[in-house]
Amino acid sequence: MSTTTVAAGAAAQAGTRRIRVLLAKPGLDGHDQGVKVVARAMMDAGFEVIYTGLRQMPEAVARMALDEDVDVIALSSLAGSHLPFCRKLAPLLEANGLRDKLWIIGGNLPAQDHDALRALGFSGVFPTGSKLDAVCDYIRENVK
Amino acid sequence: MNDRLSPELRPVINESGLEVQPLYTAADVEESGGLEMLGEPGQYPFTRGIHRLMYRKQPWTMRQYAGFGNPHETNQRFKYLIANGQTGLNVAFDLPTQIGLDSDDPMAEGEIGRVGMSIDTLRDVEIAFDGIDLAKITVSMTINGAAAILIAMYLAMAEKRGYDVKQLRGTAQNDILKEFIGRGTWIFPVEPSIRLVGDTIEYCAEHAPKYSPVSVCGYHIRESGATPAQEMAYAFCIAKAYADEVIRRGVPVDEFAGRLSYNFNIFGNLFEQICKFRAGRSLWAKIMKEQYRAEKPGSMWLRMIAAGGGGGLTFEQPEMNIVRGAYYALISALSGTQTMALCSYDEAYTIPTEYSARISLRTMQILIEEMGLTETVDPLGGSFYVETMTNRMRAKMEEIMAEVDAAGGIVKLVSDGTIQAKVSEQAYRMQRNIESGAFPKVGVNCYRNEKEEDHPVEFHPYNEEDARLQIESLNRVRAERDEAQVARALARVSADARSGVNLMPAIVEAVKAYASVGEITREMVQVFGRYREPIRF
Repeated sequence: MSTTTVAAGAAAQAGTRRIRVLLAKPGLDGHDQGVKVVARAMMDAGFEVIYTGLRQMPEAVARMALDEDVDVIALSSLAGSHLPFCRKLAPLLEANGLRDKLWIIGGNLPAQDHDALRALGFSGVFPTGSKLDAVCDYIRENVK
Repeated sequence: MNDRLSPELRPVINESGLEVQPLYTAADVEESGGLEMLGEPGQYPFTRGIHRLMYRKQPWTMRQYAGFGNPHETNQRFKYLIANGQTGLNVAFDLPTQIGLDSDDPMAEGEIGRVGMSIDTLRDVEIAFDGIDLAKITVSMTINGAAAILIAMYLAMAEKRGYDVKQLRGTAQNDILKEFIGRGTWIFPVEPSIRLVGDTIEYCAEHAPKYSPVSVCGYHIRESGATPAQEMAYAFCIAKAYADEVIRRGVPVDEFAGRLSYNFNIFGNLFEQICKFRAGRSLWAKIMKEQYRAEKPGSMWLRMIAAGGGGGLTFEQPEMNIVRGAYYALISALSGTQTMALCSYDEAYTIPTEYSARISLRTMQILIEEMGLTETVDPLGGSFYVETMTNRMRAKMEEIMAEVDAAGGIVKLVSDGTIQAKVSEQAYRMQRNIESGAFPKVGVNCYRNEKEEDHPVEFHPYNEEDARLQIESLNRVRAERDEAQVARALARVSADARSGVNLMPAIVEAVKAYASVGEITREMVQVFGRYREPIRF
């Protein structure tokens, strides 16, 4: 049930490969106001954004990340199931050879969970209240 | 334009796009349409309130949103809230229940009981409301995609306990069109989803005439980025779509319109919100009277819960959300709402604790007991500012509704993602304005603490053990029920879904046989298919 879209950023530069971001809504959480705001910010920053739509299971996210040849795997989680989801997703991404891509997560993420998320490989953790530009800058600085 | 505006004053435009003047006089009221739509409380067009005496007769119902873990735990929280003076219940369901999955579904793993109570079968509903007098405490269920099943379970539970279902009050949210715009707990495609809403309205009109089968939600559309005027205008367009579906089946408007209810948001500029509610009340009455030829006053009432305010709360300096909550409660009281609920100060972090839920409840009780908000009906009525802005908000809502109709109607605009793209674009602009400081937010872009303190927020723990117990309990029900009866009932659900007759009798039969939410949903998915999101930016 994956619905994807490739949206081109306005600030595209001819000739250079733009940063490609898979923006995923993990699990059953239906809050998508935030992820859509982040998608627009990323497009304005010149990234190519592939938004998955709601209700993505770990297998689907890992497969899309591989198929779409993305540089960044970004999750938006508002309903509290970020840790169980990321524990399932991390080994699948690794199995798909995506360990060297940038993994980030944003949303309703209690401070006490940040270390666990980083330990799983989600180096960029952006809890509610993070700035849009901080997310985009982090991607620009950390994509290899 | 306002000719009294001095050149040194910058113009103020509210979120709905209307200019706010530094001063209002009788001339402004006159220019905006006068007091033609004001009327008396309890009389058409109900700008001042749907009842003559409003809170003087009975204060608003206090209905905090609650539910988590298994039905036993939720039952305990319900009893705690009632013991503390809460007068209604607002049930939160977990995500698997909301999208029609059983607790043992692989997709439900890690989500069972997390954001609400987990319900698999009628047995769970029996446990959740055990010991609660349904004649005294009205129950509102925040359920949408799976609403037909949960309404059937609630009615079946009440009937089993000996209540006369014809007298039973209560509400189901059951507003699927707004789930496609924001919130996202849809299951089936748009058309069968609207059919199911029609089925519940039609069924309740006959079998449970005091039950409110739908609460149309501007609330979540506002949370998704809509302005206050859009919030109400889109909600009215959605309510009309449901009404049209029921009228198409030959049910007279006065047989069901009196049980339609609404859910609106209370964050934002105080006067803009109050005028939104006053304007909306008269606009809905006008729509029902003039467009639908309703005759009963009850059919024209904008019965509502004015609640929440989550979109206005902040992650930064969370204690300030207690202060915001008090102002939002004031907005709600001045709006003439029937029911009030407040987001708790820690909701930007976690599910509210007993402590934070009690603060919200006490906030409302202070308004009732100490502040005099229940003594006089529509205390702001007659204010030059409030009456002018009420007229202007009503005109703005009518303009937005006309735009929707001209573009093909709300069902089309939701189906193709137009509304979603519009509100999400607005949400993006608002977020940019907050980050740049153009839209002030205390503690976020001004008056920040020099050093962020540790926030005094206690986290609601997720209990893995609850999930295991819930699955165990489901298996026990499955072992005890009459499987042949379940199979017959599920076959009827499938047959009725195909034939197009009202699905509620079949669903009621299935829940009484202890068929599960997931099993009943599966039968319908096989006939209806699943919704696919239109993704547009």
